[in-house]
Amino acid sequence: MHPAYSVILFTTASGAGYGLLALLGLVGFNHGPASSLWFGLAALVIALCLISLGLLSSTFHLGRPERAWRAFSQWRSSWLSREGIASVITFAPALLFGALWLGFIDGPQWIGLAGLVTAAMCAVTVFCTAKIYSTLTTIRQWHQKLTVPVYLAFALSTGAVLLMAIASVFGRYQTFQAGLAMVTLLLTLVLKYLYWRQIDAEPRDRTIEAATGLARTGEKVRQWEVPHTAENFIMKEMGYVVARKHAEKLRRIVMILLLAAALATVLTVLVSALVVPLSLVAFLLAAAAAAVERWLFLPKPSMSSRSTTAPNGLNS
Amino acid sequence: MTSLPAQVSGQKKLGLVIDLDICVGCQACATSCKEWNTQGYSAPLNDRDAYGTSPEGTWLNRIHGYEVKGAEDEQSRIVHFPRSCLHCEEPACVTVCPTGASYKRAEDGIVLVNPETCIGCKLCSWACPYGAREYDYDHGVMKKCTLCVDRIYNENFAEEDRVPACVKACPTGARHFGDLGDAESKVSRLVAERQGYDLLPEMGYKPVNKYLPPRPRSSEKFTVAPTPSETKSDGKSRIEDFFRWADRLLSR
Repeated sequence: MHPAYSVILFTTASGAGYGLLALLGLVGFNHGPASSLWFGLAALVIALCLISLGLLSSTFHLGRPERAWRAFSQWRSSWLSREGIASVITFAPALLFGALWLGFIDGPQWIGLAGLVTAAMCAVTVFCTAKIYSTLTTIRQWHQKLTVPVYLAFALSTGAVLLMAIASVFGRYQTFQAGLAMVTLLLTLVLKYLYWRQIDAEPRDRTIEAATGLARTGEKVRQWEVPHTAENFIMKEMGYVVARKHAEKLRRIVMILLLAAALATVLTVLVSALVVPLSLVAFLLAAAAAAVERWLFLPKPSMSSRSTTAPNGLNS
Repeated sequence: MTSLPAQVSGQKKLGLVIDLDICVGCQACATSCKEWNTQGYSAPLNDRDAYGTSPEGTWLNRIHGYEVKGAEDEQSRIVHFPRSCLHCEEPACVTVCPTGASYKRAEDGIVLVNPETCIGCKLCSWACPYGAREYDYDHGVMKKCTLCVDRIYNENFAEEDRVPACVKACPTGARHFGDLGDAESKVSRLVAERQGYDLLPEMGYKPVNKYLPPRPRSSEKFTVAPTPSETKSDGKSRIEDFFRWADRLLSR
């Protein structure tokens, strides 16, 4: 099992970017032209930069990044391919929406439609990203009903906190933004908690007996000899072994970070003098929660193949 | 490409049948596989730090050893267990591939990776429950068992040599190669006679390769040989009688 560390950056950064972009689209759908050019421009550029940064970093884990364009071809069967296509397509309505919303193109009657399409494409892209994981039947902890909702919730909540932070910096802070950020943060927390309960309640991973088919009733199978003296590709996952070892602590950290982000968000409503620093802190806390959660999510699984390839003791 | 070929009844399904009863774990198949595939179809099978402290490399075939044991007083059984790609009928490694580099051949069911179009995203290795794929860090592409596609159709070889390198190398005849889609083939009859089984059938990937189970362990219980002093002498060996007497004396 070997998810590259750049995938953590990718899913966290692009998640927040898509969340923010989707919310900007909905703002345009509700309110028409942007109330402030500089706020709108900054928010849009930050969203697109986060998305692009994420997409670029996702290519770093490829063995042959120069061939990445080939990944657009297999949309009929591959969620990874669908994600790639959706992410690129999203740029079209997003740029059109931005130009309309900020008044670079004259057509206020089209802002709503372009905003709605942009928001929908953001959701589709994050949905495809989550599907890459949730459809892998080999990895029990990913193959869960809540995997997709949790991805969507993290994108929406980190995007909402980011929207509030940018708005407060540009003096466009509204209580509604704080409310939205708080509600989505708490929703994320609840979904993630339920997800952890779900994976804990299920039986453990496949046993070595099932993987080898060797045991008859009452018999035990034990790895007696490994086929190689060093690690092989499937066993290389040091950073993730650390994450698995401290899974319980990391779960608590994620929950505390999310709660702290929600608390900072509430404080923006109460302490109006500190709106800017508080909303920035809220965003940093939410982003940290998302990154830790991804670090924990991506490695947590021990693949069924590990029960057959790793020596005893590494199968934690 | 990445979508699976339509299934036709009577379709050729080339694969291996591995007899766990007689595999002795000699590694000949793994070595032969490495040797053949390093010069063969895909980019060479790489090795890193080959003479250093932590050597590692790409191997398409690895032999595990398992101990199977029931109750405490039962003899345990050691099973040598070669593992390679099972060329599944419904391989998820193929359908998850975003580029179409991973594919299943319609004509004979062999699952291959095109080294020219693989982007090295490694998603196929996550999708395989059998750990059959290995990443090649030097070439940035995924590697897997090709069923020696460049041997089995090679007309420059004598007929009996047109088998995968692992099958050719096996000194005990524990590996068999043939068409598992044909119920009358030698391999299909072996599977029927010996109750050949699938690995992780519940996962639904329908592996083509089959394993023949090791024969049941002897039902003898573990018994500790009696100590010399308990055994009665046949009266022929005086010196042994002396040691028996000494043993009894010292045991008091």
